[in-house]
Amino acid sequence: MPHRTRRFAGHVQQAVFIGPAVLFFCLIVVVPFFMSLYYSFTDWNGVTSQVVWNGVDNFRRIFMQDDDFRTSLWFTTRYTVVTVVLANVIGFALALLLTQPLKSRNVLRTIFFLPNVIAGLLLGFIWSFIFVKGFAAVGEVTGIGFFQLPWLGTESTAFWGIVIVSIWQNAGYLMVIYISALINMPRELLEAARIDGANRWQMLRSMIIPLIMPAFTVCLFLTISWSFKMFDLNLSLTGGGPFGSTESVALNIYKEAFQNNRYGLGTAKALIFFVIVAAVTTMQVLYTKRKEVEA
Amino acid sequence: MEHSPRYTARLFVMEALTVLLALLFLVPFYFVLVNSVKSFGDIMSNAAGWPSQYRFDNFSKVWDIMHYPRALVNSLLITVLSNVGLVVISSMAAYQMVRRPTRTNKVLFFLFVAAMVIPFQSIMIPLVRVVSEAGLMDSQHGLIFCYFGFGVSLNLFLYHGFIMSIPREIEESAVVDGCAPYGVFWRIVFPLLRPMTITVILLNSLWIWNDFLLPSLVLHSPEIRTIPLQVYAFFGQYTKQWDMALAGLVLGVTPMVVFFLLMQKHIIEGISAGAVKG
Repeated sequence: MPHRTRRFAGHVQQAVFIGPAVLFFCLIVVVPFFMSLYYSFTDWNGVTSQVVWNGVDNFRRIFMQDDDFRTSLWFTTRYTVVTVVLANVIGFALALLLTQPLKSRNVLRTIFFLPNVIAGLLLGFIWSFIFVKGFAAVGEVTGIGFFQLPWLGTESTAFWGIVIVSIWQNAGYLMVIYISALINMPRELLEAARIDGANRWQMLRSMIIPLIMPAFTVCLFLTISWSFKMFDLNLSLTGGGPFGSTESVALNIYKEAFQNNRYGLGTAKALIFFVIVAAVTTMQVLYTKRKEVEA
Repeated sequence: MEHSPRYTARLFVMEALTVLLALLFLVPFYFVLVNSVKSFGDIMSNAAGWPSQYRFDNFSKVWDIMHYPRALVNSLLITVLSNVGLVVISSMAAYQMVRRPTRTNKVLFFLFVAAMVIPFQSIMIPLVRVVSEAGLMDSQHGLIFCYFGFGVSLNLFLYHGFIMSIPREIEESAVVDGCAPYGVFWRIVFPLLRPMTITVILLNSLWIWNDFLLPSLVLHSPEIRTIPLQVYAFFGQYTKQWDMALAGLVLGVTPMVVFFLLMQKHIIEGISAGAVKG
């Protein structure tokens, strides 16, 4: 084959193999991303085609006047911290339990994972029934105060309501990742430590946790980004209430754009949201990666 | 840890506690199932107990009101077609990037991976504009194209890692036999990617089937709604009518639960495999 035709064939091959992926990626992710950089500085309302550049007005408004956005940011931060810690602790504990030679191990793994396959939107509706009717019924029968709280009615109980559902939904997924990390630990190392007389706590702290650090990197990354981006569950469980106290940033952005028709302002919020999520997850990955050790 | 054969008292206590915890995990399913076959009055007076009378017609009513078969077909169509497209475009792109690691391809790969930190909500507002400018609003293929764009990063990344572990010699012998690059890929490489293709399809399916926000922005007509959209619309109409609402929820949840129970071995392996790479 002459040189030039071969090069041409190479270009065609490159276009055929990579073209479609790049095309859809650009159209759906890259273009909207750059548009959001522009629209953040405009008064775009989503309806009229006239879009006026208004500088940093949106950002000034968000930081100076928008109490709802600040509330939602504070809520999302608290929710993320609490959920990330609890979901990982519970997921990891379940993994430790279910790598023991229990007889019902496989069934139990299935059960703990099950909530994760259900859409967040449906989970929110399911739990709104449990909090409103189910807990009340249990409270009536048993008289236990915990079940008689107005779960979705007050700010603090609604917060914990969302946390409970999130943990119920995600702990099983994290458990699966931790289990596969635990199973793949080099057995000789653990055996050696045991022979050297390490007790269970020492084994966990100085052997198991450092060895499965890569699993922690992944699980923390997943839970942090899930928690920041929570939307479906929020919408169907509390809708942001009571009094906007459980409105996540994602829900706040959604309402600003699609209910208040302030697309420019919503886009500016979305840009701030992107910066926060990207910064936090990148820092987390860099930090935990440094802690990973070679076995 | 997995190989001690003796079943000690300590293990028994652990097992008992874990089983108890698992039952606690299942309680929400109990509440939903048991109340979905009660009359409204029965739910109000006794939400925790067994039904005093079975009302299976809750289901037949909701089946019709929700146009359940239609929503099911819509969800299936979108999930299957998105998966087919994603598998094709991302496996091909990943193959080219691994086998022709030019500078362009390295930069492209980095961009695909870096984009994974962009939250969907950060770009959804301009996306709506892009979709409507492209004339794809309120259409199923518009939604499927969106899934191509959002799914390709992770899919490509997973395939990329997998293809690197495939020895080159297998393809080279095929090239010597006169196979064109396209033939090499589809006849020789793609079948080797099977384990990763299964992982990719399962991860995509869990995401796409359960997704709510993106379809709610793109699809508007009732005829093309997916299951989550239909349940949401249904809940709006039947707020607090728990007899209807719970039957609707059971119908909404069932397909995915059945799918999971059938495929659980693959799903659990897929998540572990996806996590190691991701």
